[in-house]
Amino acid sequence: MTHHGIVLFDRVGFTYQDSPRHVLRDVTLAIPEGELCLVIGPTGAGKSTLLQLVNGLAPHFTGGQLTGTVTVDGRDTSTHPPRDLADLVGFVGQDPAAGFVTGRVDDELAYGMEQLGLPDGVMRTRVEEVIDLMGLEGVRLRPLSELSAGEQQRVAIASVLTSHPRVLVLDEPTSALDPTGAEEVLAAILRLVHDVGITVVMAEQRLERVIQYADSMVLVAKDGSARWGSPAEILEDSPLAPPVVDLGRLAGWIPAPLSIRDARRLAGPLRDRLDAHLRQPPADHGVRVRGPVALSAEGLRVRYGTVQALAGITIALRAGEVTAVMGRNGSGKSSLLWALQGSGVRSGGGVLMYDTSQSPAPPTGAQRAPRRAGIDPASLSPDEAIHRIALVPQSPSDLLYLDSVGAECRAADGAVGAAAGTASALLERLAPGLPASRHPRDLSEGERLALVLAIQLAGRPAVLLLDEPTRGLDYDAKRRLGDVLGERAAMGTAVLLSSHDVEFVARVADRVLVLARGELLTDGTARDVLTASPSFAPQVARVLRPLPLLTVEEVAAALQEGS
Amino acid sequence: MSALLSQPATVHPLAWWGWASGMAIATTRSPGVLSTGLLIAALALVVVTCRGGSPFARAFPAYLALAATVVVIRVVFYVLVGIKGGTGVVLRLPSIPLPTWAGGIELLGPVTRSGLLSAVSTGLALGALLLCFGAAIALTDPQRTLRSLPASLHLLGTATVIAMTLAPQLVESWNRVRKAQGLRGQRLRRAHAVSATTFPVLQDALERSLKIAASMDSRGYARLRSGGGRGVLALMVAALLGAALGTYALMDGTTPRWLSIPLLAGGAVAAVLGSAIASRRIQATRFRPDAWGARETLILVSGAAVAALAFVGAAAGTPTAAGWSAVFLLGAVAAVIPIPAVMAI
Repeated sequence: MTHHGIVLFDRVGFTYQDSPRHVLRDVTLAIPEGELCLVIGPTGAGKSTLLQLVNGLAPHFTGGQLTGTVTVDGRDTSTHPPRDLADLVGFVGQDPAAGFVTGRVDDELAYGMEQLGLPDGVMRTRVEEVIDLMGLEGVRLRPLSELSAGEQQRVAIASVLTSHPRVLVLDEPTSALDPTGAEEVLAAILRLVHDVGITVVMAEQRLERVIQYADSMVLVAKDGSARWGSPAEILEDSPLAPPVVDLGRLAGWIPAPLSIRDARRLAGPLRDRLDAHLRQPPADHGVRVRGPVALSAEGLRVRYGTVQALAGITIALRAGEVTAVMGRNGSGKSSLLWALQGSGVRSGGGVLMYDTSQSPAPPTGAQRAPRRAGIDPASLSPDEAIHRIALVPQSPSDLLYLDSVGAECRAADGAVGAAAGTASALLERLAPGLPASRHPRDLSEGERLALVLAIQLAGRPAVLLLDEPTRGLDYDAKRRLGDVLGERAAMGTAVLLSSHDVEFVARVADRVLVLARGELLTDGTARDVLTASPSFAPQVARVLRPLPLLTVEEVAAALQEGS
Repeated sequence: MSALLSQPATVHPLAWWGWASGMAIATTRSPGVLSTGLLIAALALVVVTCRGGSPFARAFPAYLALAATVVVIRVVFYVLVGIKGGTGVVLRLPSIPLPTWAGGIELLGPVTRSGLLSAVSTGLALGALLLCFGAAIALTDPQRTLRSLPASLHLLGTATVIAMTLAPQLVESWNRVRKAQGLRGQRLRRAHAVSATTFPVLQDALERSLKIAASMDSRGYARLRSGGGRGVLALMVAALLGAALGTYALMDGTTPRWLSIPLLAGGAVAAVLGSAIASRRIQATRFRPDAWGARETLILVSGAAVAALAFVGAAAGTPTAAGWSAVFLLGAVAAVIPIPAVMAI
């Protein structure tokens, strides 16, 4: 163990007020200057707290009890509040737009320097430098609210870089970004580490995006303990691992490769073995049968003022099919879901829902339309609509307003006339062991999503729409979500979800739609679309190309079949 | 570099505030409808040609509507309950005397031309004041104005700017939550419906505020140099006391002048001293501070000239019934000087 790090944790423990639980316990690590340190852990483990400890937000801002010492370049964070570390540590939180203080890009870049009292000439020079470094020349005079999510993230990082910090702390910098936007942000971060020598401490849920760039890793467990080591050491037995590592474990590659490049070098024999007994691509999700059309949209258009969000989309969702809609930030995915549900803006075209024979009957209430006669969901009252079509929006907490998880579940049962306990049973499947007395505000992002999903599914809708359901979920939570969606589909529900998460889509989707600037670019089976596109291909497909396999589970099944 | 050049050259906000103050002073001296109308026309012309693209600039029509409402209300009140006198009856309405317990007011009654004119005139004078304020808001981005505050008010200014950006976000989050609540499908009872919307909105607002506060703290907001805390507080309290007592003494005719003026002056000195010391404790600087150039001086001089001409015009002789004054026409011409000054750049 070296003690020459710029960020030093010495037997650090942390508890929040009124909570006996140790968020972190006995954490010791020393991150050397100029390294990229990746912080991983399941949802609800103390990743964010660990990051906040680096610049003193914990405990100075969050409250709570800190034991042990955290020092950054010799400054003890217990005696230095965040503002006194601002020249040393740059901190970018999970939602960059929420941290913006000014209205325009160049003002935002200068804000930190203004607080440090730098002269105008120095500020101008540094703003120019950072604009070049982060590729922001095109947006420097734009209002912050008009930027895309990727641009906002780069501006947020740039705005702390102008203070010339030696340590950069980033909390899930790519979680809201599409694959291309994420790559741009990661490229910028790597340039900082390699060319400028900045130390980066970064939490990330989607390891497949970042693992190959990490110099060291911290794995935070649910009980608050943390392990620190090289990526190879940590990933040897980490419960969280990207698909490429899972594939390596399956194939018995030691040490497990971390990048696609390394894996492809080792994958030759595996490819040959698979090729030999893979006569045809595996059946899509086994026994699932495509049912009749449950919802169809014809020439659907959405305009906001002069901005065209959807330019005439025609699609049909089938009962028993999971469809994923992908595309860059701002390509119209959310607009599509809201317009289909009926409460969003529609500027043209029509949507019709059909009663499908597999669709389970609503327990009480809602009237059934005559078979095969289409009905527009927008014409239904909210009470009727919830039995036919449910939408889980991007910020699920907007739906919650009661003071406990149990009360929310009971309200949901009552609203749709379901048997008591329907919603809470669903919740138990999605997030096992969640106490009914817990306040919804105290739930983690993933738990909140599970709760809203349970509420929305209680009415057994025939069509389920999900807007970015995997934000903030760890691999385990995503697996459970995928299982529930698959189960629903098997029962005849038509599922449409929007996602940037290629690996999740590869696991759950039968069909993939790709939107670009409001137009439908591609509509095909998940296997065709995901293996064809370089930016949407999951890791397994990249390693085993040209074999049409998407997930580690498929590889395992194919190997078993052959032996 | 091209981006730098394409940056719109903004006028120093204090120049516009000075100009608008001059206009406001002038409207209070206006002899009547015609002169006030001339000043308003000049004001509107300057706003339309010189305003920027901020949302505040687009709010000027709202101020126009507000001013018109003020005039209408004033006239309606005159017709309804105004004391009817003067010459030239326009409309002969029956007068309805109210019983003495209601103060002996007469409803309606004959509407005269001179009475009507004076109602419009007073309404317009109040409306013009509102318009001067609206013009200053429209011509300067309030956020930039707050940036020009002295350093001692820096912390307060930043807080105000953030409060201003949070207000529209609150509206947006209200709409988003209302939309999302509809998805749950239940028709909520009235009491529930209110809590169902306000709870997530307030929670959202609180979370946003905490996130902004965390971000500001992390970026060095309120970094202080040591020393001076007590002294500033004492000076500020002294300044406030001096200002309050001095103003009271000035307004109250019975207090001797020798007491009021030193009190006011002492308060002002304490305020300047306190501000200067506080400024030294705050080490914050300004990125691209607004520069004061010839253009700004010209705009300020234009405002001062309008005010000065108004004093001259008000002192020079009795005005006509319609409030015509050649000096105020000159004032209106002086008021549009900023147009060529801004257009030239």
